[in-house]
Amino acid sequence: MSWNDVIVLLPEIFLTGSICMLLLLDAFSDDRSAMGLHRLSMLALVLTAGLVVWGHGEAATSAFYGMFINDTLAEILILFSILCTAIVLVLASPYLRQRRIAIGEFHTLTLFALLGVMFLVSAGNLVMIYLGLELLTLSSYALVALDRDSRLCSEAAIKYFVLGALSSGMLLYGMSLIYGATGSLDLATINAAIAQTPHMTLMLIGLVFLMVGIAFKFGAVPFHMWLPDVYEGAPTAVTIFISSVSKLAAVGMALRLLDLGLGNMGPYWQQMLAVLAVLSLVIGSLVAIVQTSLKRMLAYSTIGHMGYLFLGLSAGTAFGYASAVFYAVAYSLMATAAFGIILAMSRAGFEADQIADLKGLNQRSPWFAGMMLIVMFSLAGVPPLFGFFAKLLVLQAAIQAGMLWLAIVGAVFAIISAYYYLRVVKVMYFDEPADDTKLAPNSDLSLRWVLSANALVLLVLGVTWSPLLEWCLRAFTS
Amino acid sequence: MTIQLAAFYFFASISVLAALGVIGLRNPVHAVLSLVLTFFSTACIWMLLQAEFLALALIVVYVGAVMVLFLFVVMMLDIQVAETREGFVRYLPIGLGVAVVMLLEILALIGIRAMQVVPPANPARVDGLSNVAWIGQALYTEYLLPFEVAALILTVGMVAAVALTLRRRKGVRHQFPSQQVQAKPRERVRLVSMPAECKEEPKS
Repeated sequence: MSWNDVIVLLPEIFLTGSICMLLLLDAFSDDRSAMGLHRLSMLALVLTAGLVVWGHGEAATSAFYGMFINDTLAEILILFSILCTAIVLVLASPYLRQRRIAIGEFHTLTLFALLGVMFLVSAGNLVMIYLGLELLTLSSYALVALDRDSRLCSEAAIKYFVLGALSSGMLLYGMSLIYGATGSLDLATINAAIAQTPHMTLMLIGLVFLMVGIAFKFGAVPFHMWLPDVYEGAPTAVTIFISSVSKLAAVGMALRLLDLGLGNMGPYWQQMLAVLAVLSLVIGSLVAIVQTSLKRMLAYSTIGHMGYLFLGLSAGTAFGYASAVFYAVAYSLMATAAFGIILAMSRAGFEADQIADLKGLNQRSPWFAGMMLIVMFSLAGVPPLFGFFAKLLVLQAAIQAGMLWLAIVGAVFAIISAYYYLRVVKVMYFDEPADDTKLAPNSDLSLRWVLSANALVLLVLGVTWSPLLEWCLRAFTS
Repeated sequence: MTIQLAAFYFFASISVLAALGVIGLRNPVHAVLSLVLTFFSTACIWMLLQAEFLALALIVVYVGAVMVLFLFVVMMLDIQVAETREGFVRYLPIGLGVAVVMLLEILALIGIRAMQVVPPANPARVDGLSNVAWIGQALYTEYLLPFEVAALILTVGMVAAVALTLRRRKGVRHQFPSQQVQAKPRERVRLVSMPAECKEEPKS
């Protein structure tokens, strides 16, 4: 270990220190100082983001014997994870106060999960991938269960925990087989050793197990069963986190494992990803149609969106990877807005998570309805919005890689899935409201600002998306 | 087939059978005992691979501490109280069985280890270090970062456990030892002078 290693790791070290300070402050202060804790966590996030930008050079650097890699891919994913975490923290504080959920623990656990993401997406070693993932998921299980008096939350947390532990076991088993076949835990060394390894069967079995772990983290069919229950059961503030930051982490993990570690086995895992993509598109789009709960519908739409993301990954080209990262960023920003609106409409004892709750929303609150309109159009992929270009790039990557049939399947299911997004818009604008009371805009000013800005970003990035794409491409061409 | 390979198959098949027993046996005490056997056989396999430190740590930590705790919990939680009372005689056969298999494994290990030649690829032997020293060096140099991240994971586990279970109830009486030892006799007993009273005779 040298000073150089410490400097590369400075954002992570700073965040760890801040979390420990927040823990101490929380332990020795009463509930009234929760806003102070919230402001301090936001300050820590801003400073960490500043350190990430400051510490990033043009060339990729690694630290701690190749355990930790600081490159453009890690920078993109970490910065957007920090952004989404900040959005989650702002949106969550009024929600937590209304429901008397421990605010201090929510902040520290969320920041711990973010730290896990930072280690995961910059991992250069199988051990670091596993530990980063565990740090992220362990914090997520606790966050889901944080509303202790709700039976739905406890059920969701147990499901998430048991299935998550199973998938971690699968991932670990795959890693041990690959270690057995190549004799190394370092991702770059593994990739170099693939060509001359005599144990190709062992590598393939290991790859299948790794794939199961990755697909579970994304929630791709047939490993998606946890996703709707967890999204529905978790407190909405936590659902925002799982649906945005965890997906960014998952794409980072998939790229590290598949591209950096097993890039020379590309033909094998590209086929697996293509099958997973088609299954996710079919199940995600068709099952979402029959949902009556808005949160469940968005959960199935997540599964469909992960199918599109897999289209980009399975192309196996630099452009394909860039489009997948672009898609993950786009999806996480859409998810924070979509679940954020559900959260903003809810009150204590009323979750506003049924589609029927949106009836005639335009007459009751044009502001909510307008933002929901933008988000739904963006999720459906209507042209001038962010979601459209994300889908377009992914389909383009699939066609360029010679997988025309995949692109056709993707386009067909984009049209099918447009039905249920547009149904929400129809319910909001053309149905009679169940009660005529005006919906007062949420009293928390910062929440309204952040939500409006989030919806606006979907519009702005829809018009000027090329700088983001160039940034993503730079991660894979250097 | 070399003798090492035969020994490997012996230990591996016992550990797989015992693992099947863990999930298959109806009696929870039997299941825990076969879990002990699983760990023990796995430790023997590690011993074959010349990872002595890991093997001993597995036995000390898991068999010695965790499994005994597990056994206590299972025996205490068992709802059928009558069953556990007569425990000793009932569990003696399977306990003896597990012990005998373990003894066999130990004897086999001693025999194998006497014959075993050190494989040249073992990194500890290449550096001329003992197993423990090599693991310690690897943990604090090459694997320092994962080691620290593992510490963070343990912290998260602690925070989560406290956040999910700690409840501040109203009306719970806490002890404050520092205040208790500062108490003076005057605060505890108050002597009140009262005029003497005589009991009234009940009127009949």
